Amino acid sequence: MSRRIELHDLSCYYGNRKVVDRITMTIEPKSVTAIIGPSGCGKSTLLRAINRLHETLPGARVEGRVLLDGDNIYDRSIDVVDVRRIVGMVFQRPNPFPTMSIHDNVAAGLKLAGVRRRDLDDIVEKALIAVHLWNEVKDRLRRPASALSGGQQQRLCIARAIAVQPEVLLMDEPCSALDPISTLAIEDLIAELKNDFTVVIVTHNMQQAARVSDMTAFVTVDGPGHPGRLVEYADTKTLFSVPADKRTEDYITGRVG
Amino acid sequence: MTTATPLWVHRRRYRRRRWTARLAALAVGSAFLLAVVPLILVLTYTIARGLPHFSWVFFTHSLAGVPPSQAGGGIAAATIGSLEQVGLASLIGLPLGLAVAVYLAEYGTGRLATVTRFLVDVMTGIPSIVAGLFAYTFIVISLHQGFSGLAAAIALSLLMVPIIVRSAEDILAGIPRTLREAGYALGLRRWRVVVSIVLPAARSGLITGAMLAVARIAGETAPLLLTAFDNSYINANPFRGQQSALPLFIYNQAQQAYQPAIDRAWAAAATLVLAITGIYIIARLLTLRKSGAHRV
Repeated sequence: MSRRIELHDLSCYYGNRKVVDRITMTIEPKSVTAIIGPSGCGKSTLLRAINRLHETLPGARVEGRVLLDGDNIYDRSIDVVDVRRIVGMVFQRPNPFPTMSIHDNVAAGLKLAGVRRRDLDDIVEKALIAVHLWNEVKDRLRRPASALSGGQQQRLCIARAIAVQPEVLLMDEPCSALDPISTLAIEDLIAELKNDFTVVIVTHNMQQAARVSDMTAFVTVDGPGHPGRLVEYADTKTLFSVPADKRTEDYITGRVG
Repeated sequence: MTTATPLWVHRRRYRRRRWTARLAALAVGSAFLLAVVPLILVLTYTIARGLPHFSWVFFTHSLAGVPPSQAGGGIAAATIGSLEQVGLASLIGLPLGLAVAVYLAEYGTGRLATVTRFLVDVMTGIPSIVAGLFAYTFIVISLHQGFSGLAAAIALSLLMVPIIVRSAEDILAGIPRTLREAGYALGLRRWRVVVSIVLPAARSGLITGAMLAVARIAGETAPLLLTAFDNSYINANPFRGQQSALPLFIYNQAQQAYQPAIDRAWAAAATLVLAITGIYIIARLLTLRKSGAHRV
């Protein structure tokens, strides 16, 4: 299962400061969409608006709509917890729960939500297999997650996110804290994840966007203090070979940013 | 081309700097000694005066029937009283303080939080005798409960709450946001994130803070004067009747004109100092211990 995401005139604010300005785009199910752009262009904020994590920061709010298969996640009748259960997230730095074992980390989303399942061990195993971590950790599932390497921790966090069986997976620069080998492992994983999930990835790394994504959105600002705007959104191949906008071209050829 | 400036060109200035550095180190070092020496003197002198009077009888007997002029008797009643009063105070103060800290750190925004923070600060400044007076007028007089260990515990818990709130709030605020966000992103409710993710991550710090607060109130005397009121006999029931406590024992014995009573005061003081130091050391060790996964 996976869902289509539609952003309609989505603007994000911190207090009175607008950081994302009226972005409209449609993200197709079972695809990988990359959001690229210079630092501070609001791409992470945009991503965090898709699972309503943005609003957990003091003073943060959004305007506009985000539709998941037609339902506005910001509608007053929608429970934010239901949104986040469908839209999972992986963060920039690996953030396993430090007091929990490897097994408990993966099971956390279900166990702590009060879901009682006899096949919890199976779910944990499947999630760890899916992120290619099972063989490395199967003998030490009860050991602390903090003992794993950074790359392993990040794969553990992906396993934790997919164990609750979401339909959309948001990834906020998931490789920026990792070495090249771990990065490659995660990138391969993303290619597999799109068979089951709608993946949206924010990345600084244009090569990475070109390697893993089907569609790419370029977001940028007119200058410091201006909100991020969507400049171009196209098929990844097209965007990187024949960008339609001059600003996209400048950015991907390294002239700015 | 000019020749390079030789390295020794600033040698005068450097010599002066070295002397300034030495002077500064000396000043800081003396200040440290000035602060620490009295502490060490208090500790060693108390223990030196008290330790010779430690005995089996001293720890296992009360003062019942022992006049101030005679040797014998001990701190059994005081120890039982102190343990019960501090225990009850912790039972009231720890959950209350932790709850307030969780509110302030996790939910507290807006006016109510500001007011709460202000009140906690004010509470920190309450003189301990005033806390005792409060328990005296409220529990002992108005509610007609008479003197009791419980009244003392309530006075002590008043002193404990702000200490707990302050330390626990700092520790909770130090738990990284990304950990909470990981919980939210899994679709966990806010209270669940607090209970199952934030609090366990903060556990060792919270325990340390709690122990320091316990150590802090264990030696309080003023709140007990008008509440527990001291008792020569063992009263193991903290809910009814006068009770002894170590600080009260020290206070009352030290006032006597006779040497045996004064010796008992020193011995009790040494006991209290050792117990509190012990709690501090355990708390420090807990902080030093590397935090890792303990749950299976």
